[in-house]
Amino acid sequence: MIPLGWSLALSAVLFVIGVVGVLVRRNALIIFMSIELMLNAANLAFVAFARALDSVDGQVFVFFVMTVAAAEVAVGLAIIVNTFRLRETVFVDEINILKG
Amino acid sequence: MAALIANPDAQFVFWALLKIVVILGAMLGVVSYLIYAERKIAGHIQARVGPNRVGPLGLLQPIADVLKLFFKEEFIPDDANKVIFHIAPILAVLPALVTFSVVPIGPNFIVTDINVGLLLFLAMSSLGVYSITLAGWSSNNKYALIGGLRSSAQMISYELAMGLSTIGVLLLAGSLSLLDIVHAQERMWFVVYQPVAFVIFMITAFAETNRAPFDLPEAEAELVAGFHTEYSSMKFGMFFLGEFMNVIAICSIAVTLFLGGWNGPWLPEPLKFLWFFAKLGVLLFFFIWVRWTYPRLRYDQLMHFGWKVLLPLALANVVLTGAGLYWVGTRS
Amino acid sequence: MIPFLFIGFAVLLVASSLMVILHRNPVTSALFLVLAFCSLAGIYLLLHAEFVGLVQVIVYAGAIMVLFLFVIMYMNLQKDEESGLQSALRRALGWLLGALLAAEAWMLVRGRWAPGPVAPQTLAPPAGNTQQVGLALYSRYLFPFEITSMLLLVAMVGVIVIARGRAAAARDAAARDGGEGGTP
Repeated sequence: MIPLGWSLALSAVLFVIGVVGVLVRRNALIIFMSIELMLNAANLAFVAFARALDSVDGQVFVFFVMTVAAAEVAVGLAIIVNTFRLRETVFVDEINILKG
Repeated sequence: MAALIANPDAQFVFWALLKIVVILGAMLGVVSYLIYAERKIAGHIQARVGPNRVGPLGLLQPIADVLKLFFKEEFIPDDANKVIFHIAPILAVLPALVTFSVVPIGPNFIVTDINVGLLLFLAMSSLGVYSITLAGWSSNNKYALIGGLRSSAQMISYELAMGLSTIGVLLLAGSLSLLDIVHAQERMWFVVYQPVAFVIFMITAFAETNRAPFDLPEAEAELVAGFHTEYSSMKFGMFFLGEFMNVIAICSIAVTLFLGGWNGPWLPEPLKFLWFFAKLGVLLFFFIWVRWTYPRLRYDQLMHFGWKVLLPLALANVVLTGAGLYWVGTRS
Repeated sequence: MIPFLFIGFAVLLVASSLMVILHRNPVTSALFLVLAFCSLAGIYLLLHAEFVGLVQVIVYAGAIMVLFLFVIMYMNLQKDEESGLQSALRRALGWLLGALLAAEAWMLVRGRWAPGPVAPQTLAPPAGNTQQVGLALYSRYLFPFEITSMLLLVAMVGVIVIARGRAAAARDAAARDGGEGGTP
């Protein structure tokens, strides 16, 4: 039996790693991957609570989060590919053509 | 020490490890002789004899092949990513071996019966894409990269139709556990109720394992050797081994899902696994037969077939099976 | 044994996610993310969520990450090079904010709390895990399920439109208009 606190602590650590990844890296793809880490941290919290409360609602919600994440990744990567074609770069601090 | 032996967890791990070692050893032997069988059958289909020099009837040919592969010089391209170059052949074999852990070979002969065995098989076939993609990329060679990307695109396209074709079986058996699916076929094999799904599964099995007529990614004439251009010696051997292990794994799953697993008349309980091997042998022969009979599909024909023909057909099969089960349910 | 397995998977998960954000080569980051997802699937299995765990492998590790790898290989990305004082300051700020967030999370997890009033929940009927998820999904959550399928359709169409690029769309439009306005 796994204590609820352990799973939540793990979820928090994973989320923080994701946040740091978004803030520190400038490669758009790595930022995207860090966003996926954050989504998975949320999924882990849902599943942990589903186990602790003996309900299946948490797992159903994880199912929806995964679907939405898949759709988001597809659209986001399409945008990144398009940006790469136009600007020849994936580094987010070089895509600043609108900057005043 | 005595407490360790009496611990039920430790006992479970020990028996599971023993079964895994037995299956691993058996599969390695079967794969080498499957390669021999392929060459012999290919020979006879092409009106020649096949290997018959090494040992009686050429039966020691696989051993000669393995020794030859070990003794070849190993080239690693200069700019290749060394770590991924080494990992890719390992990843080729891993998913197939994991699939064997849930295949029910006989009434008491299964490594572990998890209640989502079918999903595990689909997960392992999804992970099988990585070895080819990484092999193509890490070789630092444009032919390999194109071959790798083509092959991965092909595999993920046909994975969808494969997954959907197994849903008909899932609906009929009412469970994702492979052992339950075999038990549900005691009276009638599912191939009788799901012929379309069986055909779709076999076609997608050819595409998933990169076997002809879907083997353009490793076509010798078109792409130099596709994704394993830069691989030599035992690494190439591992890819070859991985491909055949995948074939055996997918055929085992096909036997489990559609052909009744170890169900069959006349044999007593302890010998039922012989039925499994007989059916597996028939499917493997069919795989080899198709390879040397059909020409290769061009890449756009292949993608068109996977997305525009097989996927709608598999979806229609799911809908019809569901409707049929509901109708039967309301009648009785 | 289960707590040891959990700790093992957790260590693997944290280590591989750290490597995701720290490694310079995008392909290696992607592969470490695949490893992270697989270890997370192991944790789901330990938490008795078998369906979700294997769907995690199929969808995240088997499809989404393959898509990532395709895009990285298509763009032929090499190692990230970063230098300069500005980027070092930016990175330091990022780590600082991360540390603040970690401290906040630790305060939350450590403080004693109890789950508040819980919304009426779907009690697990005595069936296997997949059956439970299926029953809940098609009865109580039917509407979100249908909306999600619409979402996937919209995403598919959107991806194809976006990824085609302006040049291909203009070519198709010109071909269409030229064909229509050709013969009266």
